[in-house]
Amino acid sequence: MSLTIRTGTIIGALALALSIGPALAVGDAEHPHEPHEGWSFTGIFGQYEQQSLQRGLLVYENVCASCHALEYVAFRNLAEPGGPGFTMDQVRAIAAGHQVLAGPDEDGNTVDEYGLPLTRDAIPADRFPLPYTNEQQARARNGGALPPDLSLMAKARLNGPSYIYSLLTGYEDAPDGYEMQGGMNYNPFFSGHQIAMVSPLYEGAVEYPDGTEATVEQMAYDVTNFLMWAAEPKLEARKRLGFQVMAFLVLLAGLLYWSYRKVWANIEH
Amino acid sequence: MSHESTYQPNSGIERWLDARLPVMRLMHDSFSAFPTPKNLNYWYTFGGILTFCLIVQIATGITLAMHYASDAGLAFASVEHIMRDVNFGWLIRYTHAVGGSMFFLAVYIHMFRGMYYGSYKAPRELLWMLGCVIFLLMMATAFMGYVLPWGQMSFWGATVITNIFTAIPVIGTPIQEWLVGGFAVGNPTLTRFFSLHYLLPFVIFGVVILHIWALHVTGNNNPTGIEVKGPQDTIPFNPYYTVKDAFGLVLFLLVFAAFVFYAPNALGHPDNYIPADPMVTPPHIVPEWYLLPYYAILRSITFDIGIPFTDIVLIRAKLLGVIALAASIVVLFLLPWLDTSKVKSLRYRPMLKPFFFLFILVCIGLGWVGAESPDKVLFAAGTFQFQMVHLGLTLTAAYFVYFLLVLPIVGVIEKPKPMPASIADAVLKGRAAAPAE
Amino acid sequence: MILEGAFPVATSETTNPDRRDFLYIATGAVGAVAAGAAALPLIDQMNASADTLAVAQIRVDISQVPSGQQVTVLWRGKPVFIRHRTAADIQEAEEVDWEVLRDPQPDSARIKDGHPEWLVMVGVCTHLGCVPLADRGEYDGWFCPCHGSHYDTSGRIRKGPAPTNLPVPEWVFVEGSNDQVIEIG
Repeated sequence: MSLTIRTGTIIGALALALSIGPALAVGDAEHPHEPHEGWSFTGIFGQYEQQSLQRGLLVYENVCASCHALEYVAFRNLAEPGGPGFTMDQVRAIAAGHQVLAGPDEDGNTVDEYGLPLTRDAIPADRFPLPYTNEQQARARNGGALPPDLSLMAKARLNGPSYIYSLLTGYEDAPDGYEMQGGMNYNPFFSGHQIAMVSPLYEGAVEYPDGTEATVEQMAYDVTNFLMWAAEPKLEARKRLGFQVMAFLVLLAGLLYWSYRKVWANIEH
Repeated sequence: MSHESTYQPNSGIERWLDARLPVMRLMHDSFSAFPTPKNLNYWYTFGGILTFCLIVQIATGITLAMHYASDAGLAFASVEHIMRDVNFGWLIRYTHAVGGSMFFLAVYIHMFRGMYYGSYKAPRELLWMLGCVIFLLMMATAFMGYVLPWGQMSFWGATVITNIFTAIPVIGTPIQEWLVGGFAVGNPTLTRFFSLHYLLPFVIFGVVILHIWALHVTGNNNPTGIEVKGPQDTIPFNPYYTVKDAFGLVLFLLVFAAFVFYAPNALGHPDNYIPADPMVTPPHIVPEWYLLPYYAILRSITFDIGIPFTDIVLIRAKLLGVIALAASIVVLFLLPWLDTSKVKSLRYRPMLKPFFFLFILVCIGLGWVGAESPDKVLFAAGTFQFQMVHLGLTLTAAYFVYFLLVLPIVGVIEKPKPMPASIADAVLKGRAAAPAE
Repeated sequence: MILEGAFPVATSETTNPDRRDFLYIATGAVGAVAAGAAALPLIDQMNASADTLAVAQIRVDISQVPSGQQVTVLWRGKPVFIRHRTAADIQEAEEVDWEVLRDPQPDSARIKDGHPEWLVMVGVCTHLGCVPLADRGEYDGWFCPCHGSHYDTSGRIRKGPAPTNLPVPEWVFVEGSNDQVIEIG
């Protein structure tokens, strides 16, 4: 009897402990929701949709990159397995479309004759360049608000992907009588309901080369997938290895249990 | 308990070694031939599981340290470098992070086992206290380790916990500034925490050796709480408990692997994926789940102690909270002397048993309270609001009542159930206790 | 380890001992595989990480290097000389009786067919690792100031303590770049 009670208590404790996490809502923000098709990367066999990742990169570049950095992602990551699946030549072309800070020239200058920093074309080994030189410049150009780096956003928020998707599709008019601070925008999914970022997505904001219709939901879905990959590029490898490890451990558990029974066969216990 | 060594060196090398440094003999006597009670159940596999956890943490920790940069400007990025660029870096990092949680899960089960079967009672008091020392070292190690990624929770958790010292009158702030290496948590704090986080696991390893040594002097306790009376009560550790421990370990690893591969961030906090910012405090600062009960105790004391009907304050609430926190751990060390019963195992202690399960619920409840906002209202009756902090105080009181009142009193007034004459008897006649002849 | 140690005295073997042993061996083997598999990531993490490997190959635009000049780039942590040789340099390199050199190598083995004007070499002296100076020395090539090694216009050791010629790394002209870009490594 006591064994069962004890086991039940421990399991109950674990369940409670695990339920604490998701139950913590962030302040008064509305609970985020998934897109109607759900996320392809969740679950034991979760994977990224390569086409969506590629479209998401386009959304990031055209809509987000002017203000939001992606400092931990390198161009070469775009060609790595488990990601958008670009070829190295495509990656070189994507990289070359960006300028990164170049080191001092042979005269020791780090700026050109206009005082602008010297730059060079990016190569695959470079990371995505930052839109602003420093935090102060970012704030100055965004009404005092600091657009956060997006490399880890999908993991830096509770239910990260759903949060990003809900936020991007969730802009609406403030309820009647609600007092908005100057320059802020109403979004029920943001803690405090007032966000400095104007709704960044609108119908047709980007033109997808694969012909997919660029609705707000579609772009939000694609860029969220992209940002989830940016935060967890090793997700597919992790889940694949996980399956092998679990299967192996189950096998080993079976063998050990059989050995245990055999070893203890003649002992009263 | 000294047993005659049964080790027989059976090669020239073994004889040579045995005459100069008898390690093989020691290994044989301690982990192969060691007479172990034959009735140990699966709760007894957690000692081996804990040793495994320590080895995993050290192995993954050392390899992480090959890539980690312990400077405030580089730390966060170095962890991302590990996750993205280092071969299998993501696996090693997630194993180390989840491993910390698994380590505490195992240690709490191990401690509750010890409390249930009375493994802390004479002659095993020192064994229990060495275990408490290991637990304390684990908490220090885990706390410092969590600071290293230098995320928001790392930084602010370090700030809140080091600020605890400022509660001590007069010398508190100088101590805190000495600890932190400045006026606030910063780069000096990070670099010294890295040094100590690398050091302490090896101190833990040393205390674990003492812990196992102390265990081997007295011999293992067992679920009946009745001491071994002779060879009919025991079996050699190998192969019986090596195979059982291995099986228990693999089951544990299934849980461990499930988290590492399928929910690696479930036990962590999203805010730690935001780089530390001394200018922005997160809305809710919480430690990792295994420290939540202690966090709840710390925050539950919100009243000062003073002289009634005067304005004189003797001890402020902040210091009282710190004292309560310290006391909650000190009371563990005193457990062998707080429990007055001569009967070890709760199998035969019908009065204490329900209190023990309530105690477990109290600990879980404290963990829940530690995660929640103190002013969250649980229910209201008229103008009175019962908040989380009140629940925390109630549970803290219950925690201390268990140790300081229940254990001493129940031990004296309880009538234990009849116990078997010996382990062998208990095992032969099944779990139903046979009356002693 | 499972088979080691004392078995209890009273044991009645009801199972086939061979099958029992096989089980234990199989279990032990699977356990050993598990341990080995667990060790692999811990060892592999010491190998070069992805960001290091990303710069294991570099592309260099050589279109701006005038004849008779050299550009030095960093490749795998070491300097690489990319020299745009003059006709005179090439002729001097080809006329050397290479078979009697300390490290015999014809100039043709050190350049790309049809492009003898491009000489790419790791600029680390093969003696003890200093960086040789260009346009110095008695052989119109490079001179290492540390212990006095002289290299010729093909980067071959001619005088001094260095044992071998300056190494030529793997390199190619990048396809489609009209020979204006090379990739080293």
